[in-house]
Amino acid sequence: MNKPAVEQMRTIDRVNATLKQRYNRECRFRRFGLGAVLLGLLFVGLMFLNIIGNGYSAFQQTRILLEIDYRAEVIDPTGARDPATLSSADYAALVKSSLRALFPAVQGRGEKRELYGMLSSGAFLELRRRVMADPGLIGTREQLWLPVDDDIDMLVKGYIDRRLPESERRLDNRVVAWVEQLESTGAIEKQFNLTFLTGGDSREPELAGIGGAVMGSLYTLIVTLLLSFPIGVAAAVYLEEFAPRNRWTDLVEVNINNLAAVPSIVFGLLGLAVFINFFGLPRSAPLVGGMVLTLMTLPTIIIASRAALKSVPPSIREAALGVGASRMQTVFHHVLPLAMPGMLTGTIIGMAQALGETAPLLMIGMVAFIVDIPGGALDPSTVLPVQIFLWADSPERAFMEKTSAAIMVLLGFLILMNVIAVILRKRFERRW
Amino acid sequence: MLSVTPDSMGTVTAPAGVIAAGFSPVADDSRAINGTVGDITAIDPRMTARHVNVYYGDKLAINNVSLDIGKNEVIAMIGPSGCGKSTFLRCLNRMNDTIDICRVEGEIRLDDQDIYDSGLDVVPLRAQVGMVFQKPNPFPKSIYDNVAYGPRIHGLTGSKSELDEIVEQSLLKAGLWDEVKDRLDEVGTGLSGGQQQRLCIARTIAVAPEVILMDEPCSALDPIATARVEELIDELREQYTIAIVTHSMQQAARVSQRTAYFHLGELVEVGKTDDIFTNPRHRLTEDYITGRFG
Repeated sequence: MNKPAVEQMRTIDRVNATLKQRYNRECRFRRFGLGAVLLGLLFVGLMFLNIIGNGYSAFQQTRILLEIDYRAEVIDPTGARDPATLSSADYAALVKSSLRALFPAVQGRGEKRELYGMLSSGAFLELRRRVMADPGLIGTREQLWLPVDDDIDMLVKGYIDRRLPESERRLDNRVVAWVEQLESTGAIEKQFNLTFLTGGDSREPELAGIGGAVMGSLYTLIVTLLLSFPIGVAAAVYLEEFAPRNRWTDLVEVNINNLAAVPSIVFGLLGLAVFINFFGLPRSAPLVGGMVLTLMTLPTIIIASRAALKSVPPSIREAALGVGASRMQTVFHHVLPLAMPGMLTGTIIGMAQALGETAPLLMIGMVAFIVDIPGGALDPSTVLPVQIFLWADSPERAFMEKTSAAIMVLLGFLILMNVIAVILRKRFERRW
Repeated sequence: MLSVTPDSMGTVTAPAGVIAAGFSPVADDSRAINGTVGDITAIDPRMTARHVNVYYGDKLAINNVSLDIGKNEVIAMIGPSGCGKSTFLRCLNRMNDTIDICRVEGEIRLDDQDIYDSGLDVVPLRAQVGMVFQKPNPFPKSIYDNVAYGPRIHGLTGSKSELDEIVEQSLLKAGLWDEVKDRLDEVGTGLSGGQQQRLCIARTIAVAPEVILMDEPCSALDPIATARVEELIDELREQYTIAIVTHSMQQAARVSQRTAYFHLGELVEVGKTDDIFTNPRHRLTEDYITGRFG
C-alpha cells in the first residue's frame, strides 16, 4: 500500500534514520564494558587497600632498649662454658634485673609481674641465642633491643586507644605510663620485624612468623611442579598428537574436563585415603600435599597444554612430516617448542591455583600447629594459605595484622610467579 | 602402452571415443565421466598410480584414478576447486595419513615399491618423495636450520662442513643463496613470501628426494616471485621428477610437459601439455581451459 513511499525514500535517508540509534547502542555498550572494568579495578583496589592497610604494621615490631649485664654468676657459675649449662641458664633473670634498673620505683609482686610482662617471652630466648653463639659475651654489658609483648606492641602501634577508660582497655594506666615514659626517652621504638619473615609459627603473636609456611609452600609447590608438569605435558601430547580418535579417548577427554571442575576438597579426601592410609606416607608432609595438589592441577595443565598444541599451525606439522620427520620428531622438534609458551602459562596458572589452595591440605593434616621450619618434603609443615586460615582464627588482636601481612606475602608470591611466567614466555618466543 | 579411453560418452547420439576440438554442440550427458581420455602412462615412470580411490569418511573424493609420473618430467594437475587434485598429490607421499578419516584404495608405486604396503615405513618414503606446500611454511628457526633439518634427522652428513655444503647447494639450486648467504642465522619466517617458498623448496631438495610434489606452490606469491619459482621448477626438472598442482593454467602450460585434468574426483584427461591446451579431447577439459567454468 505504502510501497511507493518506501521506494521514494533513498538508501542514504534510511541509513541516516537509524544511524543515531546505532551509535547510541554502541556508546551504551562501550560504557557498560568500561563500567565493568572500572568496577573490577575498584574491588581489586579496595582489597589491596584493606589488606595493606591492615597488614603493613606487621612488618614492624616494637622493641625496648635494655642494658643487659651478662652476669657470669647467673649464666655460668662454674666458668666451664659447658653448652648444657649455658642453654639452661636463667636468662629471664638478666632481663628482669635490667627492667628493674629501668624502673627503680616499681615495688611489689603484682607490679613487678606486670613490668616483666611488658617484654615478650621470646626476649630471654634471644639472649640465650646470643650467648650460645658467642660465650665471650659473659661478664660484659651491652645495649640490646628486645621485643615487647603483643599488647604493648598494639599500644605503641596505636591499635589500643589510650583515651579509653582503664576498665575498657586491655592495659591498665600503670603500663601505659611506663610505655609513655619509655617513649619520651626513645628507649622504645618500632623496628623492622625480621622474625615475621624467618620465624616459624608461635602462640605468641610477636614471635610468630611465616618462614615455616613459606618453606612448606615452597616444598609443596616443588613437588607439585615436578609431578604435574611432566605428567600433564606427556598426557596432553599423547592425547593431542598420538592417541587415536575413538570412544575411549573421548571418554578420557570428557573425564579430564570434569575433573577440572571437581571441588578441591575431594582431592584431599582421595589423598588421605590413598596416599596416607593406603601407601602410608607421612601426615602433614609437603610430599603428600604436593601429590594431592598435582591431582588437582593436572586437569588445568592438560587442558591448557592441549589448547597450546592445537594452536600450533598444522602447516608446521606438515612441513616436518614432508621432509620425512617421524611423528615423534615432528612433535619434539617443532610442535612442542611452539606450544611451550602456552603450556608454561597453563602450568603457572595451575601452580598459582595450587599455591592458594587450602581445603585439600586440611584433609591431609597440613593444618597442624607446627613451630619448626620444615627442612624437607617429608617434614611436617603447613602452607601459606593454611597459615592465614589459622591466624585468622586466632583471638589475639596482633594476629589480625599478621593475617593481612601473610596475605600480602602470598599475593607477592603470586605476582612473582606471574612475572616469571611472562619472562619465560618471552624468552621462548624470542628463541622461536 | 596403456591407453584408457571412454567406451561411451553416455548418449546414443554422441560418438564414442575421442571428441575433436572445437565447440561442437554435445548433449549435456557428455559431461558424464566414464574413464580417462588420453595416455596415462609415461615413457620412464617413476611413480605409478593404478585405480586409486580415496574416501573421506563415506565420501568418495577420488574415483578410480590411474596415472604415471615419469622421470625428469613436470606433470601438472589442473582442475576446478574440490576436484581432488591436491588429495591425489598428497596420496603420493602418504601425507593423507595425517587425516584420520581418510582412506586410500588402489595401488601407488614408487619405482617398484608399493607405498601403501602395510609394512612400508613412511619416513624413508617421504625422504624420497618430498613436498612443497601451498602456503610457505618454513620452520620458525634460522634459514640454515630450515635447510639443514632434513639432512640432520636422516643423518645424511657426517660432519659440519658436509652439512654446510648441502645447505649451500640446496639454497643455490633454489636460487636463494645470493639473497640469504650473509644472514643464514636469521629466522626463516622473516623472509618475504617468495623467498620463504624458495626456502621451502631448498629444504625439500636438501634431502635429495627423487620426486617433488608441489601443491599450488605459487598461490600465495606475487607474479614476480611466481616467475622466479617457475624458472626454478624448470631447472629442477633436470634432476628431479616433479608433480605440481596448480590453479593457473598459464602456469601449467609454462612449466609442465604433461598435464592431467581432474574433475569431481575423476581424472578426465591426460596428455602432453601442448596437446591439452591446444587440442583438448574431452568436452570437460575444453570447457575448463577455455574458461567456461572452473
